Amino acid sequence: MSVKMPEADAAVLGRRAQIVKTLRTIVPGEGVIDQERGMKPFESDGLTAYRQLPMVVVLPETTRQVAEVLKYCHDNGIKVVPRGAGTSLSGGALPLADGVLLGMAKFNKVRELDFANRVAVVEPGVTNLAVSNAVAHAGFYYAPDPSSQIACTIGGNIAENSGGVHCLKYGMTTNNVLGCEIVLMNGEVLRLGGKHLDAEGYDLLGLVVGSEGLLGVVTEVTVRILKKPETARAVLIGFPTSEEAGACVSKVIGSGIIPGGMEMMDKPAIHAVEQFVHAGYPLDVEALLIVELDGPAAEVDHLIGRVESIAKECGAVSCQASTSEQQRLLFWAGRKAAFPAAGRISPDYYCMDGTIPRAKLPLVLKRMKELSEKYGLGVANVFHAGDGNLHPLILYDSNKPGELDRAEEFGADILRLCVEVGGVLTGEHGVGVEKRDLMPAMFSEIDLNAQQRVKCAFDPKGLLNPGKVFPQLHRCAELGRMHISGGQVPFPDLPRF
Amino acid sequence: MTDVLKPDDITQVEQAVQWALGNNKTLELVGSGSKRALGRPSQTDMTLDLSSFTGVTLYEPDELILSARAGTPLAEIEKLLDDNNQQLDFEPMDYGPLLGQPAGQGTIGGVIAINLAGPRRIKAGAARDHFLGVTAVTGRGEAIKSGGRVVKNVTGYDMCKVMAGSWGTLGAMTDVTIKVLPKPETEATVVVEGLDDAQACAAMAAALGSSCDVSAAAHLPDHVASYFDGLPKAEAATVLRLEGVAPSVAHRTAMLTRLMQPFGSVVTLDQADSKKVWRSVREVAPFAADSARTRPLWRISTPPAQAHRLVDLITPAAQMFYDWGGGLVWVAMPFEGEADAGSIRRTVAELGGHATLMRAPAALRASLDVFQPQEAGLATLSRRVKESFDPRAVLNPGRMWAGV
Repeated sequence: MSVKMPEADAAVLGRRAQIVKTLRTIVPGEGVIDQERGMKPFESDGLTAYRQLPMVVVLPETTRQVAEVLKYCHDNGIKVVPRGAGTSLSGGALPLADGVLLGMAKFNKVRELDFANRVAVVEPGVTNLAVSNAVAHAGFYYAPDPSSQIACTIGGNIAENSGGVHCLKYGMTTNNVLGCEIVLMNGEVLRLGGKHLDAEGYDLLGLVVGSEGLLGVVTEVTVRILKKPETARAVLIGFPTSEEAGACVSKVIGSGIIPGGMEMMDKPAIHAVEQFVHAGYPLDVEALLIVELDGPAAEVDHLIGRVESIAKECGAVSCQASTSEQQRLLFWAGRKAAFPAAGRISPDYYCMDGTIPRAKLPLVLKRMKELSEKYGLGVANVFHAGDGNLHPLILYDSNKPGELDRAEEFGADILRLCVEVGGVLTGEHGVGVEKRDLMPAMFSEIDLNAQQRVKCAFDPKGLLNPGKVFPQLHRCAELGRMHISGGQVPFPDLPRF
Repeated sequence: MTDVLKPDDITQVEQAVQWALGNNKTLELVGSGSKRALGRPSQTDMTLDLSSFTGVTLYEPDELILSARAGTPLAEIEKLLDDNNQQLDFEPMDYGPLLGQPAGQGTIGGVIAINLAGPRRIKAGAARDHFLGVTAVTGRGEAIKSGGRVVKNVTGYDMCKVMAGSWGTLGAMTDVTIKVLPKPETEATVVVEGLDDAQACAAMAAALGSSCDVSAAAHLPDHVASYFDGLPKAEAATVLRLEGVAPSVAHRTAMLTRLMQPFGSVVTLDQADSKKVWRSVREVAPFAADSARTRPLWRISTPPAQAHRLVDLITPAAQMFYDWGGGLVWVAMPFEGEADAGSIRRTVAELGGHATLMRAPAALRASLDVFQPQEAGLATLSRRVKESFDPRAVLNPGRMWAGV
């Protein structure tokens, strides 16, 4: 583990017994866990290479308890790490040795279904899929569908601004959340948004979504729900090269079609998945596209015809449209199982998450192949082709000395490459601890300081989830300082450029 | 007369803000100036004119992105997109006519700065939802960038969101990158005739809660219906737009017609008339008319299903119409110079949401809350966010609230 976390505060650790005692007065019963055995399940999230036992785990059940815990920690200089289901792939919920791990799993109720206003009000510990399930009886669903949707929670989705395979058409979390109740580090409870559209002032909800648990702890969420499309069909299209597959994606979009989902896999990924799921993927192609169209049958059939003819023009060697819902789900089962499938062909895998301008895909794949040879590690690629979000899975064996380090270096090189071609470090998994030290590849110190000043506006003491996202911790007072050139006028005669 | 600074490049913008900081001056940010009559009137020492920042710098239709200097005229961007069969999916409103100016003015920076969104808001989102990347000079006189040129990006805080709708109080945007989308092949509008406001809200909820994929839903009551182009009759019309490929629009028109028949008599508008109606909605036609232009105008965002209750809660002499399935209500007060803020605020408190005084004489806008007043905790946080970008309140001070 190469990322250094902030030094644990010995004074806080020295007060541990007292802290645990006080926390028990706020959250009685089994809501405070201070034994190692009980805390063990919380020591890491989906980024399992990083582990750390927290000082204590607190599992509140009410907004009031959250507020009191945060206020107590704020007043006593104790760090807090919020956690949803712990499925983060970037270490966003990695505990701190001197910090309280605030688990939100008990906030697991659906509070209100309001079909007339097309919203659901849920607690943050409700899983993504449970929101869709709660409204399914009325034919509705919640659009963002990260592959971990069976386990990941809405609170975590807000922290990471989660996407999913349908986000090109339906947007990410930030486009589907209308309101939340949030507790600031000082214990203050605020409401942002509601069942109406757009903020009445600054779009603070827009800042909170994707803030990786650094700005506040969300205790209630209002999400937009949509009526399910009448039908959906998927087409599997095989190509002899990834260039041709990429060109097909561009042509589909260029022709005015925005598919519900458009995914690409390279040959190693196709083979890993097919052995695992038997989805009927062609094995003799270099790249495979899954294109899903949804809407009324008349529309879906019409567009599938157009996609098929574009695919043929682009050199597709195989093309198969689903003819039943069962077959469509099977096509997706392969893609959604890509990560566990990689786990079957390799003892360990390391999942990356850069986004690139789609046209750069052939270049990035070629360079990645070179890197794969350089580091002596295999890589399989799955790609949200519609929006340029690339998930290379680096295959390694943590039992072989040095392989984890090599995998991490390989990963860092891939992300730098993404930035170099005009892309970004992370499309949907978040910065967390994992990509924290790569932030300067994308942002200047001035850019990062501006972001940290936003953090200061929400959490001036920097106690909420410190050590994540930002490579360097600054005190807010230091960030707030202004350097004005002594009131000097750079333009002695009034500037009129 | 206020002096004008007109920088040509970002370094000069930084210098201008640093100059203002060093000399305790405040700056009003303008692009084309088309939105000057919106918001709280603010007193500033100088104008920072960003209209030199023009031109589309990157447009890749297949990647669905466009980058432009913030002062680029919106009309230029819309023309370029139209030539490539694409559009701004959030369908920005055109407030020109409302403010007594020609239609088609304004810059892309202005559109984002006030987070504009038109009828398609309910389906496609607002400017905020399409705003991918920004370069801006903060009130500290430093250029910052955030976001990028790809649609999917969670690297660092989403600063674009807070810049959108910040009315130029956080930074002077110089460059923006936005998501663009294909234009629908065709459109049609299903009209349900003769509904009252409560029936209309129920009909719109049924339409939007169906799988017809309605892309816009408005209710135009009797007393304003004559101002909308493209309607067959000058009487109450609940209009529901369907967009997409021709076979799909035809199928959904039939489906939606069946769904709406229990509410009232239903007619369908073809593409040409449909476009006319929605252009009128986009320009807030009834209240842009000369006869209406002196009356204070409110814009209320509220949960859609109960929006019709506004009729009972505010003065019966007010005129109104509904967009966003009821979630956006335009309310014109009956008398010049009387905004009746008390009753509007009480109503919004009861129904939820927020109200903005969109048009009133400057003196009135200076004496009232133009934006929804915030409860103390939220107001404090908003002020701290402002200070994090602009600690000396150099940029558009007081444009949103006193002190922000």
